[in-house]
Amino acid sequence: MTVETKVALTEQDVRSYSAQMNEASWMADFRADALAKVEQLAMPKPDKTKIDKWNFTEFPIHAVESSTYTSLDKLPEEALALIDIEQQKTIYVQHNNTPAFLSVSDELKEQGVIMTDIFTASREHSDLVKKYFMADGVKVDEHKLTALHAALMNGGVFVYIPKNVVVVEPLQVLFLHDDAQASLFNHVLVVAEANSSVTYVENYLSTVEEAAGLANIVAEVFTGDNAKITYGAVDVLAAGFTTYVNRRGVTGRDSRIEWALGLMNDSDTIAENITHLVGNGSSCDLKTVVVGRGNQRQNFTSEIVHFGLDTDAFILKHGVMKDAASSIFNGIGRIVKGATRSNAVQESRVLMLSEKARGDANPILLIDEDDVTAGHAASVGRVDPLQLFYLMSRGITKHEAERLVIHGFLAPVVSKLPIEGVKKQLTEVIERKVR
Amino acid sequence: MATLEIKGLHVEIEGKEILKGVDLTINTNEIHAIMGPNGTGKSTLAQAIMGHPKYEVTAGTVTLDGEDVLDMEVDERARAGIFLGMQYPSEITGVTNADFLRSGINAKREEGDEISLMKFIRELDSKMEFLEMDEDMATRYLNEGFSGGEKKRNEILQLLMLKPTFAILDEIDSGLDIDALKVVSKGINDMRGEEFGCLIITHYQRLLDYITPDHVHVMMQGKVVRSGGAELAHKLEEQGYDWIKEELGIEDETVGQEV
Repeated sequence: MTVETKVALTEQDVRSYSAQMNEASWMADFRADALAKVEQLAMPKPDKTKIDKWNFTEFPIHAVESSTYTSLDKLPEEALALIDIEQQKTIYVQHNNTPAFLSVSDELKEQGVIMTDIFTASREHSDLVKKYFMADGVKVDEHKLTALHAALMNGGVFVYIPKNVVVVEPLQVLFLHDDAQASLFNHVLVVAEANSSVTYVENYLSTVEEAAGLANIVAEVFTGDNAKITYGAVDVLAAGFTTYVNRRGVTGRDSRIEWALGLMNDSDTIAENITHLVGNGSSCDLKTVVVGRGNQRQNFTSEIVHFGLDTDAFILKHGVMKDAASSIFNGIGRIVKGATRSNAVQESRVLMLSEKARGDANPILLIDEDDVTAGHAASVGRVDPLQLFYLMSRGITKHEAERLVIHGFLAPVVSKLPIEGVKKQLTEVIERKVR
Repeated sequence: MATLEIKGLHVEIEGKEILKGVDLTINTNEIHAIMGPNGTGKSTLAQAIMGHPKYEVTAGTVTLDGEDVLDMEVDERARAGIFLGMQYPSEITGVTNADFLRSGINAKREEGDEISLMKFIRELDSKMEFLEMDEDMATRYLNEGFSGGEKKRNEILQLLMLKPTFAILDEIDSGLDIDALKVVSKGINDMRGEEFGCLIITHYQRLLDYITPDHVHVMMQGKVVRSGGAELAHKLEEQGYDWIKEELGIEDETVGQEV
C-alpha cells in the first residue's frame, strides 16, 4: 500500500488507490463519480449543531500502511481485552487502514457465510457488493460527506449471511487505530438474507491519545424477509478526530434490526443512525449510550422511518455529560402516509454531571398517517440528590454512589451488548470517562 | 454498650423550624418508639439524624458514643453504625438490589477484606427466605417497580444484611397488610440484642403489638412531650392523643408544613 501525502485527491488518485487495493473495476468508476460530486454537494445539517467550522475535509494522509497480525495473540493488550481468543472463531481485525487479520469458522464457510475486508469483497463478491453498496441504504449524493466517503473509502468489512442460515456465535470486528496520522473512511456492509439471523459486533479502538485525521464512517445493514440482525458497536475514537458516523438500516418484511451502540468517542462527533422500516411487519430497536467529556461537541440523530404497514420502532437513548461537553440528542420517529398501524416510541434521558455540561434532548414525531400509535419521553437532569442520600445512607461513599447511579443509568444499553468482552470494555470505558 | 444521644436538636427545612429542641437517648439493647400524630416532626428527626440534604440542623447535638454525628457525611454516619429505614426509599434503575447490598456491606470493610461472593449470596438467600421475599428481588433493580410492601421488606432486608448498631425505622409499618407487618416485625425482632438499638417511628399502635418497645415517646410541636414504657403506647391506643394535648394545653400539635 502506498502512502498518500496530498490533501486534495484527484480522480487519478482514487482510481490508482482502487487499483492498488485490487478492487473490482466498477469500484474505481464509483469512486471517481463520487469524487466529482463532492464539490457540488452541501454539508449535512445536523439539527441544532453548527458544523460549518468543523474540519471534515482536510486530513494528513489518505491511507497509512500498518502491520498485519499472524495470530490474534499478537494484538496489543488493549485490543486483546476485547476478544475471547479461544471462543471467537469468526473475527476481522483492521489495523488503521490495513486488513490485518481474518478468521471465519469452517462451519460458517460451509454455510456460505461471507466475512471479509471490503476491498476483497468488491473483487470476490462483486455482484453482491454492487447490489448493496451505497445503493438502497446510504446514497452517495446525500451530502458532501457521503460523497467524500464513497470516493475515499479506505477500509471496512463485508458480511453476508445466506438465506435460512442462523449464525449463533456473534461475529466480531475490531478497527484498531494506533497511528495518529491515519484517517478512517470505513465502510461496513452487513446483509442478512431471508430467514437468516446474525449478531455483528464492532469496536473502534484508538490507542493513541490524539488523532490528526478524519473519521468518516458509513455502515449499511440490510435484513431480508423474516431475517434478524443484532448490531452492537462500541466506538472509542481518540480526541482530535473529526468524526462523522452514519449507520443505516433497511428492513425486509417481518424482519428486525436491533442496534446497541456505545458511542464513547473523545472526538467531536456527528453520529446518525437511521433505520428505514420498509417491509411490512418489520421492526427496529435502537439503544444508544453516550458519554461526553472535556470540551467535546457531539450531535446524535436517531431516526426510524416507517414505510411498511404494522412496523414497530423503539428508540432508547441515555447520555451522560460532564465537564464542558455538549451534546444534542435528536430522536425522530417518522411515519409516512400509508404505514398503517405503525408504532413509534422513543425515550431520551440525559444526565448532567457538571454545571457547564450541556445536553439537549429533542424528541420529534413526524406522522403522516392516522391509524398509528406513537409516544415519546425525554428528560434532562442532574443526579438526584435523594438517590445519592439513599445510597450513602447505607455507607456507600458519595463517589461510589455517583458511580452506581451513572452505571445504572447506562445499564439498559450496556447490558444489551452481545459479546461479554465488549460489554466489559464498554463498562470500563464508561468508568474511565465519568471518573 | 453503645449510646446514641440527641440533645436540644433544632432542625429547619427550607427556613421553617420543625424540630424545636428534641432530647432523646437510645442505648443498645433498647427499642424506642416515637409516636405522635402526623406533622409533629417525627420523620424530620429521623432524616436529620441520617443527614438528609434538605434538613438543616440549627442547634443541638447528635452523638454516637461521644462522637459528633452531625459532623459526619451521610456515608460516614452509616459506617459509624446508624441505619435509616426509609418511609419512601429511592428507586434506582440499573443497579440491582444485590449489587447495592454488596456495595453497602463492603463499604464498611477495609479494601482487600471485601465479603466473598459465596458468603454474600448465602447470607442474602437466608435473609430473603427469612423475610419471605421472592428470589428475583435480588436481581431486580433497586426498588424499581416494587410495591409499597416490597419496598418496606427490602428496607428490613438491608437492615438484616448491614447489621447496624442503631436503626431508625421511619413509618416502616405504613401501607403494610397484616402478613407483611408480621414479617417486618419478625425481621426487627431478629436484630434485637445487646449489639443493637432501635428507634421506631410510627403513628399506629399495631406495629407495637409485634415489637414490644422498652420506651415510648410522644412528639408534638417538634418536641418530645411525653415518655414512658410500653404502657404509654397502650394508653394512646385506647385514649388517643387528646389527653396529652389537654394536659399540656396544646391546641394544634403539628409544626411547620410537614405532612
